[in-house]
Amino acid sequence: MASFGFYVISQNGGNSSNGLLTPNPIVSSNNANNTSTKKNPKTVVVTKPNIPSTPVAPSSPPVVKKNGIYNDGEYTGSVADAYYGNVQVKAIILGGRLVDIQFLDYPQDRNTSIRINSYALPILKQEAISAQSANVNAVSGASETSPAFTESLTSALNQARA
Amino acid sequence: MKENRTIMGMPVNIEIIDSNATEEVFEEVFNYLISIDERFSIYKKTSEITLFNEGKILEKDFSNDMKEIFRLSLQTKNDTDGFFDIIYSGKIDPSGLVKGWAIYKAAEILRKKGIKNFYVEIAGDIEIAGFNSEGKKWAIGIRNPFNKKENVKIVYLSDKGIATSGTYERGEHIYNPKEKKVANEVLSLTVIGPNVYEADRFATACFAMGRKGIEFVERLSDFEGYMIDHEGITTFTSGFEKYLK
Repeated sequence: MASFGFYVISQNGGNSSNGLLTPNPIVSSNNANNTSTKKNPKTVVVTKPNIPSTPVAPSSPPVVKKNGIYNDGEYTGSVADAYYGNVQVKAIILGGRLVDIQFLDYPQDRNTSIRINSYALPILKQEAISAQSANVNAVSGASETSPAFTESLTSALNQARA
Repeated sequence: MKENRTIMGMPVNIEIIDSNATEEVFEEVFNYLISIDERFSIYKKTSEITLFNEGKILEKDFSNDMKEIFRLSLQTKNDTDGFFDIIYSGKIDPSGLVKGWAIYKAAEILRKKGIKNFYVEIAGDIEIAGFNSEGKKWAIGIRNPFNKKENVKIVYLSDKGIATSGTYERGEHIYNPKEKKVANEVLSLTVIGPNVYEADRFATACFAMGRKGIEFVERLSDFEGYMIDHEGITTFTSGFEKYLK
């Protein structure tokens, strides 16, 4: 199974000559190439030598670079107490910069596994947000529990500091 | 008159336009909210909710308020396809419902005194009644989740409730490995409803639905919604714009 997976991934490398710079997720590639490789084996032409034929698993240890204020890697912050529960984040550092924050734990007060009916097609509108300058009597916004978020993130970034 | 306190660890703001608003009226409302916190805080050792979670009292011993919160929680769970549930990690935590309910009950205290023009706000959830000091609809800003000093929309409301659920409090993060970034993330969902209790419970539950949440709001009559995603794009319901003036 594992060797089959690697085989399929190398097929993807060949397909990148079609302009697909970002490989498809491995799961869906498996299904797509499972049939296409049998029908059309000549698509295996690697034209971009810099694309590894056996991609490194995403969980491999990151290379430490010193070109930013942080060392590359993933850093898990402390568990911080927000009013509605605990908040814990993981900071992802790449190229010395914070590129992503993942929530490992956050307050939940409901079951999120249930489907939602879609019998009526909603009529929704979209636009880009823009700042409004008119005076207001009051403001509606999410509760201020970000101190817990800040606490956890700060602890993660302290570990990442070069 | 306008006054503010910190109760339940959250800012509470009340403005009353009617001339019969006295210091005692404000005190009564603030004290009521403190009593609700004493009863429902999961962080207080002596609260009714903590005593129940520790098995020290039984359901038959519940106060009327507690019975009402349980009944409303069950109703909300049914109304939101199970997206709202106060049973979490084997314990009861009604925080997601109590805030909106408490604001609504506080507003009821004012209404029973004949006060008609006011708002009661706790941490961004607001019950709005009558008109402001200029005799116009209350102007309510919807906060920019990217910059909390800014508003991205201003709605004009009278006899409505408005509530916002946001990401750092109850976040939804779906990691997209293809684009190496957080995908489909809803930063905030604001719901306007017939009162703040209704607005708050649907804001909480629909925020948990992710991008489907705004579609759920669209299907509710008497409710409008305004969602902001992580790219700064808003999606709003078909009737939302009627509140822009």
